[in-house]
Amino acid sequence: MRKIDGRVRVGRRTFLQGTAAAAAAGVTFSAKAAWAAEAKTLTPHQMATLALMARDIFPHDRLADVYYVRAVTPYDAKAGGDGAFHEMIAFGIERADQDAKSHFNAAYIDVPWEEQRVVVLQGMEQTPFFSKIRGDLVVSLYNQKEVWAKFGYEGSSAEHGGYIHRGFNDIDWLPSV
Amino acid sequence: MASFDLNDDSVVCIVGSGAGGGTLGNELAQKGIKVVILEAGGRHEIQDFINDEWGSFAQLAWKDMRTTSGTWRVAHDFPNLPAWIVKSVGGSTVHWAGASLRFRDYEFKARSTYGALPGTSLLDWPITLAEMEPYYAKAEFKMGTTGTNDIPRLPGNNNFKVLEAGAKKVGYKEVHTGNMSINSQPRDGRGACQQIGFCFQGCKSGGKWSTLYTEIPKGEATGNLEVRPNSMAVKIEHNDAGLVTGVVYLDGQGKLQRQKARVVAVAGNSLESPRLLLNSASAKFPDGLANSSGQVGRNYMRHMTGSVYAIFEKPVHMYRGTTMAGIVRDESINDPKRGFVGGYELETLSLGLPFTAAFLNPGAWGRSFTSAMDDYANMAGMWIVGEDMPRETNRVTLDPVVKDANGMPVASVHFDDHENDTAMRNHAYKQGAAIYDAVGAVRTFPTPPYPSTHNMGTNRMSEKPRDGVVNKFGQTHDIKNLFISDGSQFTTGAACNPTLTIVALAIRQADNMAGMMSRTEI
Repeated sequence: MRKIDGRVRVGRRTFLQGTAAAAAAGVTFSAKAAWAAEAKTLTPHQMATLALMARDIFPHDRLADVYYVRAVTPYDAKAGGDGAFHEMIAFGIERADQDAKSHFNAAYIDVPWEEQRVVVLQGMEQTPFFSKIRGDLVVSLYNQKEVWAKFGYEGSSAEHGGYIHRGFNDIDWLPSV
Repeated sequence: MASFDLNDDSVVCIVGSGAGGGTLGNELAQKGIKVVILEAGGRHEIQDFINDEWGSFAQLAWKDMRTTSGTWRVAHDFPNLPAWIVKSVGGSTVHWAGASLRFRDYEFKARSTYGALPGTSLLDWPITLAEMEPYYAKAEFKMGTTGTNDIPRLPGNNNFKVLEAGAKKVGYKEVHTGNMSINSQPRDGRGACQQIGFCFQGCKSGGKWSTLYTEIPKGEATGNLEVRPNSMAVKIEHNDAGLVTGVVYLDGQGKLQRQKARVVAVAGNSLESPRLLLNSASAKFPDGLANSSGQVGRNYMRHMTGSVYAIFEKPVHMYRGTTMAGIVRDESINDPKRGFVGGYELETLSLGLPFTAAFLNPGAWGRSFTSAMDDYANMAGMWIVGEDMPRETNRVTLDPVVKDANGMPVASVHFDDHENDTAMRNHAYKQGAAIYDAVGAVRTFPTPPYPSTHNMGTNRMSEKPRDGVVNKFGQTHDIKNLFISDGSQFTTGAACNPTLTIVALAIRQADNMAGMMSRTEI
């Protein structure tokens, strides 16, 4: 079968935006991280918590932190232009921190185990905050073209002539019938 | 290309340009009848299509507000997206998968065959398979359906090969790449399938039949057909005699226009068509047009659907190639010993990574979900299409509160599965998983129905006026120059993807409508 190169292709535009460099250097989910400090409306703590929540909701060990950061970064601008949304984010994170403190004696971002943070998220599953974050991530995480190859998805095919000469029927492990 | 005057009351005005409206428009134009098609969406041609699930959804899907209620899971997961259909010239033939199956004989006689099941509004069609056969043949020839007219079937892709191997191992006999209206070889000025995938996003090769680049340009070439994109019908008008006189629509500039007409044919899909009739209520017809039976909007069917996905140890790359060229037909029989009436088909289906994330298990999160996504490359998938039971309470109504940008009430869709639907789905989930298990699946997923792509029954065909909205020609029982030309005519849904039957009915309707016009009956 024709295999797929799962490495991330770094385009010039992406490189100039600095995210490729960030990926290489390792982005961290910390309020002290440079990317979190760039937020204009949300606090660095809120940004870092959102990114960690994104990973806890859709944990993929094959994805670097930068993809989760990218998925939640637009929330800063959205909060800037939408007071009700800003409030929902603020309340949601406050609630997560309170729940984390009562269960594990630490703010959400400082709870060490994913399993423990998931307990906090499960307690918030029915809130509009959680539904909004989870629902948005379905698109903001999985619709990043850079992650597709990591999952073995090849994206647009028409410009390559489709798969008629590129393995549409190349499966080679099935038992014969 | 023709351009008809708004006051030209000799035209047939068709609302919608999909399988029903687009086909009817061309058939009438070929007979020399002047036609204006009003299409709510824009005109996106082949070169405009994009191989990108969300990007294409934004370009083509009908995203106008709708509301939902009922126990179906779609109402919970996608409360404002009950249906995944198209708002663009060509309608849902732009994104349909191409599967073209004829109803079986008993499927036109659902009430007689299945009996009076409690909680259903089953009814026999007023037409038989024998009457439909010549029109099915015309539709298959028109659409270039594989496995008919000596057209070879499509080659099977990886996803089909998994289905085929598993199905044969569990003993299924009728397994092949289907009757697909997708060119397996060049035909009718269109090329052969390039195994691009993205059948749902508009076919970039034009190998798949769509009214957008077959019926519509052919009709336009006669000089008798005008298609007006960005024209959203808001009301059908009538005169004192109770005959329809034209359609009021909103044009691309947001201005109301009135196209006069000799005949009006409604083909806006099963949610918008009843909505238009209901929104056209008047002093003379206070319950909406053609609704003396009270049946407009009722008996909404969406097929008993669901999917089974499976993960294998090794790669499948299910998204490569034709999306739905693969079928197991053995369960498409009426065998009540299985615990339900009617039957179902199993058809290959794949989603790209973005839509798999959205639809594999809506609402899911955490490692159970992400570990499935991690194995996307090793995934195979099939779709279940079974006959669902018509119910009077499954219906499209006008939302009492929510209005669209033009101030017209939006469609509200209520749906509850009948226990027959649930029993059939559970059977199909089990059989689908068995197929994949037979070839080494390590994990299978009984995936819930997506927003409806097959919408049927909301202006159903009936012999007696009290039981439905239209007669055997799609002519409304109440108003002789008002017709319904889409899947909302379906009396019952059979286990078949509906497009072939919609096209066959449209060809037949064109013959009968032309006859009525030449005899000046309408």
